[in-house]
Amino acid sequence: MTTSTVRFLLNNDVVTVENIDPNLTVLQYLREEQFKSGTKEGCSSGDCGACTVVVAELAKDSQTLDYKSINACISFVGSLHGKQLITVEHLKQGAKLHHVQQSMVDNHGSQCGFCTPGFVMSSFALHKQNSKPNRAEVLEALAGNLCRCTGYRSIIDAAIASSEHTEADSFAEHYQQTVQQLNEFKTLPSAALSNGRHQYFAPKTAKELADKLLQNPDATLVAGATDLALTVTQNLATIDDLVYLGDVAELKTISDNAEEFIIGSAVPYSEFTPMLHQEYHDLGEMIERIGSRQIRNNGTLGGNIGNASPIGDMPPALIALGAEITLQRGDQERKIALEDFFVDYKKTVLAPSEFIKNVYIPKSSANKVLKVYKISKRIDDDISAVLAAFNIELKDNIITSVRIAFGGMAGIPMRAKQCEGALLNKTFDGESVTAAQAALALDFTPMSDVRASDKYRLKVAQNLIQKCYLELQSKQIETRVVNYA
Amino acid sequence: MRSLINTKHSNENINQESTAVGQGGVGRSKKHESADKHVSGEALYIDDRPSLQGQLHAAAGQSTIAHGRIKSIDLSAVKAAEGVVAVITVEDVPGHTDIGPVFPGDPVLAMGQVDYIGQPIFAVAATSHDLARRAVKLAKIEYEELEAVLTVKDALAKQNFVRPPFTMQRGDSETAIEQAEHQLRGEISVGGQEHFYLEGQVSTAEPTEDGGMTVFSSSQHPSEVQKLVAEVLNIPLNKVIVDTRRMGGGFGGKETQAAPWACLAALLSNHTKRPVKFKLSRSDDMCMTGKRHPFENNYHVGFDSNGQIKGINIEVNGNCGYSPDLSDAIVDRAMFHSDNAYFLDQAKVTGNRCKLNTVSHTAYRGFGGPQGMMTIEMVMDDIARYLRKDPLEIRKINLYGKDDRNVTHYHQTVEHNKMAELISSLEQSSDYQARRESISQFNIENTILKKGIALTPVKFGISFTVQHLNQAGALVHIYTDGTIHLNHGGTEMGQGLFTKIAQIVAEEFQVDVDTVGVSATRTDKVPNTSPTAASSGTDLNGKAAQAAAKILKARLIAFACEKYNVGEAEVSFKNSQVLVGAETFSFAELVQQAYMGRVSLSSTGYYKTPKIHFDRATGKGRPFFYYSTGAAVSEVLIDTLTGEYKLLRADILHDVGHSLNPAIDIGQIEGAFIQGMGWLTTEELVWNDQGRLLSNNPATYKIPAISDTPSDFRVDLVPDDPNREQTIYNSKAVGEPPFMLGISVWSALKDAISSVSDYKLSPALDTPATPERVLWAVEAMKDSEQV
Repeated sequence: MTTSTVRFLLNNDVVTVENIDPNLTVLQYLREEQFKSGTKEGCSSGDCGACTVVVAELAKDSQTLDYKSINACISFVGSLHGKQLITVEHLKQGAKLHHVQQSMVDNHGSQCGFCTPGFVMSSFALHKQNSKPNRAEVLEALAGNLCRCTGYRSIIDAAIASSEHTEADSFAEHYQQTVQQLNEFKTLPSAALSNGRHQYFAPKTAKELADKLLQNPDATLVAGATDLALTVTQNLATIDDLVYLGDVAELKTISDNAEEFIIGSAVPYSEFTPMLHQEYHDLGEMIERIGSRQIRNNGTLGGNIGNASPIGDMPPALIALGAEITLQRGDQERKIALEDFFVDYKKTVLAPSEFIKNVYIPKSSANKVLKVYKISKRIDDDISAVLAAFNIELKDNIITSVRIAFGGMAGIPMRAKQCEGALLNKTFDGESVTAAQAALALDFTPMSDVRASDKYRLKVAQNLIQKCYLELQSKQIETRVVNYA
Repeated sequence: MRSLINTKHSNENINQESTAVGQGGVGRSKKHESADKHVSGEALYIDDRPSLQGQLHAAAGQSTIAHGRIKSIDLSAVKAAEGVVAVITVEDVPGHTDIGPVFPGDPVLAMGQVDYIGQPIFAVAATSHDLARRAVKLAKIEYEELEAVLTVKDALAKQNFVRPPFTMQRGDSETAIEQAEHQLRGEISVGGQEHFYLEGQVSTAEPTEDGGMTVFSSSQHPSEVQKLVAEVLNIPLNKVIVDTRRMGGGFGGKETQAAPWACLAALLSNHTKRPVKFKLSRSDDMCMTGKRHPFENNYHVGFDSNGQIKGINIEVNGNCGYSPDLSDAIVDRAMFHSDNAYFLDQAKVTGNRCKLNTVSHTAYRGFGGPQGMMTIEMVMDDIARYLRKDPLEIRKINLYGKDDRNVTHYHQTVEHNKMAELISSLEQSSDYQARRESISQFNIENTILKKGIALTPVKFGISFTVQHLNQAGALVHIYTDGTIHLNHGGTEMGQGLFTKIAQIVAEEFQVDVDTVGVSATRTDKVPNTSPTAASSGTDLNGKAAQAAAKILKARLIAFACEKYNVGEAEVSFKNSQVLVGAETFSFAELVQQAYMGRVSLSSTGYYKTPKIHFDRATGKGRPFFYYSTGAAVSEVLIDTLTGEYKLLRADILHDVGHSLNPAIDIGQIEGAFIQGMGWLTTEELVWNDQGRLLSNNPATYKIPAISDTPSDFRVDLVPDDPNREQTIYNSKAVGEPPFMLGISVWSALKDAISSVSDYKLSPALDTPATPERVLWAVEAMKDSEQV
């Protein structure tokens, strides 16, 4: 292995980190190692956004920067390698507040102030990517930041009003230097960290990754860390051997052909969402409610699949679409249907030393419609009680093809095969809907938990069949609360 | 001789400052005194304070059962764990072991028995936060389990109470109900609420040279932390200093609930003679600290064919958790607010304080008032559906009158009542009637989505119902450069208290508010303070600070009169200047002259609320100095297939008297409304049948997020309506009252649900009204339609 270091820009300074525990989060690093206490700890689980910082990365062209808000509390320090980390301390220049900060002051957007640095950083990232955000874009960018004091109106106003300021900030002034520095970082060896007890390694190629996993099948794969980091911050576990997927070139690609999209398992949501949104409106809308912007800037499709949670939102939608995945072990690759990946609660067919490489998502076709419903207590950043996806082909109101999958209804994301059977080759009408609803009760015996009761899950799942039917019958009627304006 | 600061510079500023009336800024939308520091990350919270040399970090070992006797505790693995420096149990407490704030019942560490899951049994100091948290997991504790009481019904059946029941009564309600044209009964379960202050509980304790302790605590009640720390350490109060610069949110959750962690940090600090920080992790905070009381209430009402109440019996049953804490006063306040804005006529209100084996529930914005109001607002909706009338009509007909029908069930006369005008004004400005029409049309045209609208009022009594708490102190210094330093007993938790009080002091001297510096609330600056609670912060501390300023101003005037041989009427303060006869000095110049003339430039100020009294033995009196009022109209959209919903528009009209700072007041109103809506909608506390809190993190407990704020959100202050009582600049308290405006969202949801029955039925909708509860309520409408 090469030298055990991680190098990045902390604001404008090159920082080299070595000999630290790779389980250290960016938040702990900032507060405890760098004595920068502007970034706050609200929950240590990526749910409140008080710890929001911004990471600037080179875009594909190597000439422009992408600014991404992330949750420092559930990001490991190693993931900063080769990037620029921007913290709230860096926004103010001398006595002058950055315009996103000044706008918060002018609009009375802070009360207790504890969530404020996080909002400022989310707003900063938004304005770097979109200088004139509208209200909907502001909500999307700030949905991962909780405020308990203001009721948000003043914060929304502040974020919208920020776009009235047009003067260049210090980041614009240092843009070329930053680009140059990040390009220099590209020549660095693979990131590695060790404190003697715990190791971290970030391979740059699929071959490097495959070799590493053959050597060490017990290593823990980490992509966005948006779930894994909670085992450290909440369950107080330490992970001995972390292998980071975010630098593996082959896992970071997006491509397509006539039939399908091919998305690398380590591509974050925020990068592939626009493409999928364009193809499948409902899917895009749903993805914008998965976690928060901070989560989607780190979280990956491979992570959501590999995690094998029964309440992950992507697998049911992708199963309904008939997605496939490739798995690689050593130099062997196999391709399987996504629905065959999940075996039992948190169990998959992934073999030791194997990793998810690509996800193949079929493109839409003329007669098929994809309907996706995410049911949760709260619109923003909430785990689904039920996720339903219907992929239906209708010819003369006869259902000629149907794939229906649910999350939250069983120990794994699963197709509702008896329900599908009740619909296939039937006229889509009240009668077949009723039959499908009855069949659904045979497909699933959901459980009760903190989010919903078993009865509610089943009832909603059944009602969603009706909703899907009504939406396909008429495009005129209003059926969705979430999008209602 | 000491040379004084050159005041030339401030002279220049004065000239530039020109002529604005009310230089201090009372009545203007001054930004929060810490706004610039909030946005830049420079505002220091306790966890942000630089680590002291040798500082340790604390964690507490917790009970894993709801009720039982401790048979044995084996802490050997804890003591041997990496980083652990000290482990203490209740045996190691040198002084008091009970830290109950009003009544005993809260052991600082368990004393042979545990009463809820999460109760601290022992505490650890270790070299890091994570090492301390890991170490406490290693304890081996054996229990003899006892039967746990986990529901209000069970507690009522067993008469298991933390305090005795109490009744307020006016007239003969039984007869009045019986003789009324119509009778209805109903019951409702009202959920609790996690405070979810963004900054969790945290305290740092540093031992001092004389065996004392300096404690930095995120507390709404530093004086109580001081007292409890002194008591557990068995040292006098004058050896303990508690310092609170700001909290990252409080909402009542840091009134009594900050003290345990301060006490444990102090005990560990005393034990190790090293500074100790105790910061609760979010999930520990959610499991180990009290919440808003869940209530189970019921009513029996008699009313006439217009829907006017003739008599009512209301029973409110608060789930207090395992100990009294503040529950006596909280259930009292639920009882006091069982009328909300309505004349109950013949009324009996009974309150039970149920003891359950859960964490002890505590103060939360509204302090029982919201839970009390829910019953009567349910009554309004139920009567309306029964009589097939618009609920707004029923609400209006039941409002307190001006000259008659104006006595509450606790025999306070409602004075200066302008609720009818306020509602009428909001009804107009919100276009209620036209929207009611268009909603009816929408509901006819749409089968899946339904809309609902509701207007609900709030009348909230202002004053601590415990009389002695209605006092405050302040300390004002003037320095020889003309700057002013201000301290008072109130704490800053984001509500803008420090800003408002700085404005008040600046106004007295007619100087710019920026010349008034504020620093941390400290028990060695202003002693024996009341909690910053009950919406009273500005009323009490503003008056105390004003009193101190007036004393200083009087001294300056007397000095000027003597020195320049003018009458008092010839001395005036204006635009950061002092006019003395024909001469004009900058404020700083006069201050310097006064200093040279040996005038004391520091004063305390004191205030106590007049008029209030309440006799609990008879249930009669005037517990409240005045009432804060407001009303809200909410319009919602529900999905009858999933129970999902969205608040589409909210219109609020709220009375803050003569606003000290409209921007801050509107911020309070908006924030309180959304927090109130969260309480009644998505914020669901779930305990399992073992008494374990399942909704113990923000992934499972959902406070409102940004998209929950309505895109059309109109908030207005009642224009120019000074408080008729002599409050500070005739303003009105604003912290809690608007929280209950959120009830309009719940009532609007019921309106939408009721539309499924063509408004014939009043849906039963317990809170929080989660999508699941809304769906079941819709189903109940459909079922009864089919019958």
